[in-house]
Amino acid sequence: MSGNMNLTLKVWRQKSQNAQGAFETYEAKNISPDMSFLEMMDVVNEDLIKAGKEPIAFDHDCREGICGMCSMYINGRAHGPLKGVTTCQLHMRSFSSGETITIEPWRASAFPVLRDLVVDRTAFERIQQAGGYVSVNTGSVPDANAIPISKENADEAFLSAACIGCGACVAACKNSSAMLFVSAKVSQYALLPQGNVERKERVLKMVSQMDQEGFGNCSNTEACEAECPKEIKVTNIARMNREFLRAKLFS
Amino acid sequence: MTLNSNAPSGPLAEKWNNHKFNLKLVNPANKRKYDIIIVGTGLAGASAAASLAELGYNVKTFCVQDSPRRAHSIAAQGGINAAKNYRNDGDSVYRLFYDTLKGGDYRARESNVYRLAQVSVNIIDQCVAQGVPFAREYGGLLDNRSFGGAQVSRTFYAKGQTGQQLLLGAYSAMNRQIATGKIQSYTRHEMLDVVMVDGKARGIIARDLVTGQIERHSAHAVVLCTGGYGNVFYLTTYARGSNVTAIWRAHKKGAYFGNPCFTQMHPTCIPVSGDHQSKLTLMSASVRKDGRIWVPLKKGDNRKPEDIPEAERDYYLERIYPSFGNLVPRDIASRKAKEMCDQGRGVGASGLAVYLDFSDAINRLGESTVASRYGNLFDMYKQITGENPYKTPMRIYPAVHYTMGGLWVDYNLMTTIPGLYACGEANFSDHGANRLGASALMQGLADGYFVLPYTIGDYLAGEERKEVSIDSPEFVAAEKSVKDQLQKLLSINGNKTVHEFQRELGLIMWNHCGMARNENGLKEGIQKIKALRTEFWNNIKVPGVGEELNQNLERAGRVADFLELGELMMQDALQRNESCGGHFREEYQTPEGEALRDDDNYAYVAAWEYKGENQPSEMHKEKLEYEFIKRSQRSYK
Repeated sequence: MSGNMNLTLKVWRQKSQNAQGAFETYEAKNISPDMSFLEMMDVVNEDLIKAGKEPIAFDHDCREGICGMCSMYINGRAHGPLKGVTTCQLHMRSFSSGETITIEPWRASAFPVLRDLVVDRTAFERIQQAGGYVSVNTGSVPDANAIPISKENADEAFLSAACIGCGACVAACKNSSAMLFVSAKVSQYALLPQGNVERKERVLKMVSQMDQEGFGNCSNTEACEAECPKEIKVTNIARMNREFLRAKLFS
Repeated sequence: MTLNSNAPSGPLAEKWNNHKFNLKLVNPANKRKYDIIIVGTGLAGASAAASLAELGYNVKTFCVQDSPRRAHSIAAQGGINAAKNYRNDGDSVYRLFYDTLKGGDYRARESNVYRLAQVSVNIIDQCVAQGVPFAREYGGLLDNRSFGGAQVSRTFYAKGQTGQQLLLGAYSAMNRQIATGKIQSYTRHEMLDVVMVDGKARGIIARDLVTGQIERHSAHAVVLCTGGYGNVFYLTTYARGSNVTAIWRAHKKGAYFGNPCFTQMHPTCIPVSGDHQSKLTLMSASVRKDGRIWVPLKKGDNRKPEDIPEAERDYYLERIYPSFGNLVPRDIASRKAKEMCDQGRGVGASGLAVYLDFSDAINRLGESTVASRYGNLFDMYKQITGENPYKTPMRIYPAVHYTMGGLWVDYNLMTTIPGLYACGEANFSDHGANRLGASALMQGLADGYFVLPYTIGDYLAGEERKEVSIDSPEFVAAEKSVKDQLQKLLSINGNKTVHEFQRELGLIMWNHCGMARNENGLKEGIQKIKALRTEFWNNIKVPGVGEELNQNLERAGRVADFLELGELMMQDALQRNESCGGHFREEYQTPEGEALRDDDNYAYVAAWEYKGENQPSEMHKEKLEYEFIKRSQRSYK
């Protein structure tokens, strides 16, 4: 078909967590510009299987930018070149024929590689478990309209809550900091009356768990915001710092 | 075996309360002596896991993703229904019940649907208390939108990401219980079999998807919340990992499968653009509130949509159904889109699309209001198609989106296997032959937060409070059969990939068991599937080994199950000699082309029993009795 592209891929291959990894080069031929990046990877994998080779392992699921499963560090950028887009929603029309594309997993000591482009993000789980909730049991809650919440706060809480937990912020940060991820959750609850009762304990516990997981510090380069596919704002980090300070001072 | 729905008797509005009172209870100190396994962590699984752990049971959850938060409930866009009547527009529990039953074309159980409508109001309260940031009005109270199949505004939403926010709410409740140790969360794990001991579900065999290790897990009850099986059609709005394996393997162990042919085509999806595609993307049904659907009046009119004058456009839904207009239920909207395209009036390169036009809404409300309602959907459309929907109408076409069928369950959500439950999309229970928009989230959370926590106690109260051993011969045998199947898949070493088989199966399903079905097509489809299944087991090529992260091996097992399910779906469609909801048999339609139901002969749930490999399945009937409402021909005119 006319307009189709031929690309060279340099892909990180690593058999397992403890194995030595290395880049391998593959040719991706006759790629339609309407394909998504992951569909291009599907094509490459089909060719590898047919050739009796091991296909490239990569995480993906919803393929519509919301589950947060897909990752990939493409040409030195988390989720590739576009702003506000996950790898699964990146289309090949963003590349040109003849180009060489480098594809790596998220690189962070808190996200060990499991295989090829698949990393272990369970550190994020443990941070959420440390305090990312409101302690209410099922049942015996007030009517949903019993507590009015200003539209402004509700909308802002939503924007923070829109984080998909993909880990791009960590991958993009030179310090592998998870501040954007953690602060998004802290902010969501700090902005809502439902989260108010536990706000001090929450921020202290979540930050402490974040530190234990080996994520780095924030040095305000804001790469996280720039690369976040859901455009979570760094103002969340400022809010978390205020919450943290307040909790420390008044605890 | 006779099917007993265990639906309580008595007045409709009292059934659930009376039933709850009559259910046996497990004393609080004894709850910690019971183990419950929950497979799948979407809305149903996560809400059930959190609620059961809060009650004191020991819960183990399993999901194939790397986090419970990634289950495909996350992708639900539009909203969640609840009979709150916050709009003062005449809503009530009874009206939600009635709309749901009617929307499902009278193929659901009256008692279940009424309960669903009743608990819908509690769900919203629960989610708000968890900190779910629903859309609000300037006065600080919750906002609502309207959805297909209803004439009231009862849908609560969080932009176009309602499923995400509800799932993150349930996930947060789960996380709190994981922190206390009441839930053990197994991620990147896939259930590959149910283990039966003395005729009861007593555990599962699971594969650790990172190491490939096969594990045995025991419990006093097993709950399957693994979602729908639409991926049997390959190109769908489902996540790539969505599959039938958990419920199919339970089916093969004795759980009856209810109404497998009831599939929902969602009318507003981005059309297929080429054969490279791996999935179809949905534009939330909520867009039908402000978008107007039309096709050119003339066949083969290939002018740009902007160049077609108003008088030469056919807003066919508004024309045929003046009272519901663009908000008719999904099955009708989908079928009419197909009809327009069959008449040669479809648009776009393939001719398999209709326009969804926002220009009136943009003129009326302004671009910024439209953007605040649907901004993320418009962005997504632009990203996929390269076209700007603020300037030119979207092109949409129906795609497989939901399966109303699933494991047959009684009023307590228990399958025909004692101790095995199914919740959410994985069961067949509440949507009949067609699900209304914004009702999937409602049902998943109703089952998990407010139904199962009551009904499972009734079963457990009768069970011995001692740990179930994983060393019994039943566990050993189940583990062996799982390992044997994996080994077989790896050893065939044929010429065709899993991907090729799944695509081929999907095409057979779409052509023979899609939006319109007929006897000959179904019979032919069954033969094609049988042949493809034989080829699969002789010619599949699965690279790698079992003791590693092997995505092709995972998928091969799932496709093997789809290849069996597909045949059952066609058999089910073949026996149902009527049209109802999403099941449209071309032989049975009114002169106007609407679905022609046959209540005298088909007002039943078809519950299929597995009889062994390559043996015909046996159908059992649960007759649907309507005590309280009168069935009528659905009319949205």
